[in-house]
Amino acid sequence: MFPASFEYHRASSVKEALAMLQQYGEDGKILAGGHSLIPMMKLRLAQPAHLVDIGGIRQLASIREEGGKVIIGGLVTHHAVERSDVVRAKLGMLSECAAVIGDTQVRNRGTIGGSLAHADPAADYPAAVLALDGEIKIEGTGGSRVVKADDFFIDLMTTAVQPGEVLTEVAFAPVASGAGFTYLKHRQPASGFAMVGVAALLTLDKKGNCDRVRVGITGLGAKPFRAKAVEAALLGKAPAPAIAAAAAHAADGIDPLSDIHASADFRAELARVYTRRALETAAARAKA
Amino acid sequence: MAVIPKFVGERIKRREDPRLITGTGMYVDDVRLPGMLSAVVLRSPHAHAKINSIDLSKARALKGVVCVLSGDDLRDKVGPVPCVAPADHVPYHPVLAQGKVRFVGEGVAVAVASSPYIAQDALDLIDVDYDPLDAVVDPEKALEPGAPVLHEEFGNNSVTFASVPNPAVDEAMRKADKIIKARLVNQRLAPIPMEPRGAVARWDGGYKQLTVWSSTQIPHLLRSQLAEMLKVGENRIRVIAPEVGGGFGCKLNVYAEEALVAHLSMTLGKPVKWIERRRENFAGTTHGRDQITYLEVAALKDGTVTAVKAHFVCDMGAYLQLLTPAIPGFSGLMMTGCYKIPALSFDQQMVFTNKMSTDAYRGAGRPEACYIAERVMDMVAAEFGLDPADVRRKNFIPKEAFPAPTAGGLVYDSGDYELSLNKALEIVGYQKVRAEQEAARKQGRYIGIGIASYVEICGIGPSALLPPKLKGGGWESATIRMEPDCKVTVLTGVSPHGQGQETTFAQIVADELGIDIDDVNVVHGDTAVVQYGIGTFGSRGTTVGGPALMMSVGKLQEKMKKIASTMMEVPPDQLIFTNRTVALASDPSKSIPLQQVVDAAYGYKQPIPGVEPGLDATSFYEPQNCTFPFGTHVAVVEVDPETGVVKFLRYVAVDDCGRILSPLLVEGQVHGGIAQGIAQALYEEVVYDESGQLLTATLMDYAVPKAHMLPRYELSATVTPSPVNVLGVKGVGEAGTIGSTPCVVSAVMDALKPFGIRHIDMPLKPEKVWRAIRDAQQKG
Ligand SMILES: Cc1cc2nc3c(=O)[nH]c(=O)nc-3n(C[C@H](O)[C@H](O)[C@H](O)COP(=O)(O)OP(=O)(O)OC[C@H]3O[C@@H](n4cnc5c(N)ncnc54)[C@H](O)[C@@H]3O)c2cc1C
Repeated sequence: MFPASFEYHRASSVKEALAMLQQYGEDGKILAGGHSLIPMMKLRLAQPAHLVDIGGIRQLASIREEGGKVIIGGLVTHHAVERSDVVRAKLGMLSECAAVIGDTQVRNRGTIGGSLAHADPAADYPAAVLALDGEIKIEGTGGSRVVKADDFFIDLMTTAVQPGEVLTEVAFAPVASGAGFTYLKHRQPASGFAMVGVAALLTLDKKGNCDRVRVGITGLGAKPFRAKAVEAALLGKAPAPAIAAAAAHAADGIDPLSDIHASADFRAELARVYTRRALETAAARAKA
Repeated sequence: MAVIPKFVGERIKRREDPRLITGTGMYVDDVRLPGMLSAVVLRSPHAHAKINSIDLSKARALKGVVCVLSGDDLRDKVGPVPCVAPADHVPYHPVLAQGKVRFVGEGVAVAVASSPYIAQDALDLIDVDYDPLDAVVDPEKALEPGAPVLHEEFGNNSVTFASVPNPAVDEAMRKADKIIKARLVNQRLAPIPMEPRGAVARWDGGYKQLTVWSSTQIPHLLRSQLAEMLKVGENRIRVIAPEVGGGFGCKLNVYAEEALVAHLSMTLGKPVKWIERRRENFAGTTHGRDQITYLEVAALKDGTVTAVKAHFVCDMGAYLQLLTPAIPGFSGLMMTGCYKIPALSFDQQMVFTNKMSTDAYRGAGRPEACYIAERVMDMVAAEFGLDPADVRRKNFIPKEAFPAPTAGGLVYDSGDYELSLNKALEIVGYQKVRAEQEAARKQGRYIGIGIASYVEICGIGPSALLPPKLKGGGWESATIRMEPDCKVTVLTGVSPHGQGQETTFAQIVADELGIDIDDVNVVHGDTAVVQYGIGTFGSRGTTVGGPALMMSVGKLQEKMKKIASTMMEVPPDQLIFTNRTVALASDPSKSIPLQQVVDAAYGYKQPIPGVEPGLDATSFYEPQNCTFPFGTHVAVVEVDPETGVVKFLRYVAVDDCGRILSPLLVEGQVHGGIAQGIAQALYEEVVYDESGQLLTATLMDYAVPKAHMLPRYELSATVTPSPVNVLGVKGVGEAGTIGSTPCVVSAVMDALKPFGIRHIDMPLKPEKVWRAIRDAQQKG
């Protein structure tokens, strides 16, 4: 596997990275963990003339709490998310999700910013980030903006991040105490990516009815999405009797992907089954 | 002085592992020579196309590029890629395509440059004008009139039609209570060695000497074939198989690239390296299996199988590699498995398709045979409502019947099939598991118990059983040399690449000569060092290479005893080797140090009448029969009816590979074998689309199982020595692969019994299982 030739640049700050990206324009590409980009370069499916390595920008590699939110830098590795005490305590679903991405080597190199920006339709994080209502900060030469997870994923491998921009951090409000959640994935047997992945989160009111439901689904369609029909069908209801009927809406309005691993039919069925199971687990873990 | 222990039968750790796991082993890609150039091959993106023209000019002009060649440049310069197995139609197989391409991945041109990066850049500059032709990938469609023809000179896509008729089969069919029919598919698999192929060639013009490092299982056979392809004397070619990172049969071959780098080095006068990329490995290294079998089984109500008749359609791919058309024969011959089925007939239609060639892959024909035999037993059990274990017992060749002639014309050496079945069922707790299955079904859970009793064929010999055009036979060679310092060098003709003979052979020699295992160095895989040998495949390393070693050990012992007998003044037949001494058998305290005997042989200051100086011996062992390992595997699985996912609850394997020399290595072979067999049952499949595009060209699409996709193995053994060789060994390299595939399929089908599902073709992917359940529910 021999990539085409390219020049390598290492940025020491976001500002420098942005300047480099502006300079190289279409020929420049950000390199983070390299675990999506480099395989593509080896197959010559990607042939950037300039790689801008942001791996040295240490402030992007931290997890911090600020203004009541947990903020995860774009360069934080899957492993760090999985192991972070703060994430475990306040965003348990995200660390559960990070723990099932790829294998140890992948988790040690791959970054949350890279995964979200790359937006592989079978990536795991997007489901959890949608269910957790993450807010994604994007910086460009003209300044920065924050995009809600709901608006971030645009199409197959297309997100709100524009060429020349850097995804710098993802912010989350901590999950309410008593909330129940899980991330459940059916692995594609070769790649280990999600054939279907479902992130489910729910909270119960005093009567034990669902007063907040979030379901993020990845792997099913060209882009990850929130299963709003499922959420609506469950809202205000006691979970146990309503989950099965609600989960039946998991694939509503989605044009499922189809490949040698799973046809559209089967993917849709998996989405329904995994949504039901994920919601059942979430409900069992939730405290009224 | 410490007593030297015995080694055979002990759980010795592999002596090759420290260097492998510390990264100090040397693979082909580690060969770095001064001035070495890199070759990269341009491969066809089309499954079938006419080549109108190839423009190499831009590629040749690129800085750093040394040479760029296409198939036309090599006409009459490099001989065709060889197939030594007989077939009616053996097509001309050029090292680079000439005029036409016939599968995706076929080599079209080669670029040689100062680095692989530049060579790859050069490929991007090659302009090939193709006229795409219709492709055919389904072997049954390839036989239909009007199908695209791959090799026009033959008029159709038939490679060979072979038939083994038997009138007794028709007679049995007439008398049967039931004739069960089935169509079974052994899907196409990719062997996926961890290390892909690779070759480095260095032509030394002064010495007129060609050295080829290749990741191969057969260094000597490769040398013979290269000599023919390149028209260079075998005495001028040295093939070195350095560390080889797995072969599984796909490196029991001679490939275009091996001849190509040799030719390039000879013309350019510089060393040339080619390393296969994973994508090329998927597209251009031989695949395995790909057989369709139409079965008719004559059975009696009590479960007795009286005849089996089969029609095979075997997909050979676009060209014939070294042994391509020889593989299916084993599927036919071994199809009656462990059973005394009196009548067998079969025919095999071998077919060209626009795909990579098939050839040997771990088990080579026997996994297919065992799959057929075991599906037959399960189908008979299902048909008559019998316990599948009982049906097997009913049909087993009884242990008194050995050596047992079979309907396929073989003679099974030794066996006790019922013992192995009983042991496996006892370990799993058969009755208890059946009761659990019953209870689970009542709760809507689908547990299945699968059984497979297998027998397979290893160490194939005598030589007459191998293809007539193969340069070597079914024999193997070994040299043993006692060096002047009392350390032993073994030169073996087998070419281990994971099997561990550096350990097993050292164990044997240490015990036979009464020395320490660390006193023995086992050398292999270099034709300039090792006498001609056949190589490693078909679980023959210890089965055939071991007896060859024993012959040489015997000769060496005899000579040393003669020398010692003159020194000790006792008859040679009263001497033994123990604790680095030659000692009197009746009183080992009467001994002389081995070193003194060695000194006498090398120093030779006192000539010993009738004994030449030096201490070495070479032997060539020709086996009189094959060996037939056997065993029973039992799997307990649970199927999730909502997703079709198969989960393992238990996996028990009782294998009998004859005498066990090295238990740890046997277990290792069984572990890996089971993993690959389960892979066929549940996960792996090479997929080409209808136009011949390869859809499983990366490890992100071809599902090699990871640890979490496999069960915890519960291993056990029975020991039935083989009478065929002095070691009593039968071979264990492929056994695990052979027993596990049908066992897992059997378990899944058993789980699905309540749905009335009797058969699903492999791999039993969740979607297929889910669909079968859904269809059954909709019908029911
Ligand atoms: C063997 C293997 C198995 C895997 N299994 C899984 C799995 O099971 N589940 C899963 O979800 N993923 C899986 N992955 C993908 C892995 O998670 C990647 O690490 C991730 O998708 C990309 O992150 P990265 O940091 O490696 O990005 P890179 O590869 O460096 O970059 C990916 C893309 O995003 C852009 N980019 C990167 N960072 C930024 C940023 N901060 N701002 C803007 N653009 C940016 C790059 O320019 C590039 O286009 C697997 C990868 C491999 C190699």
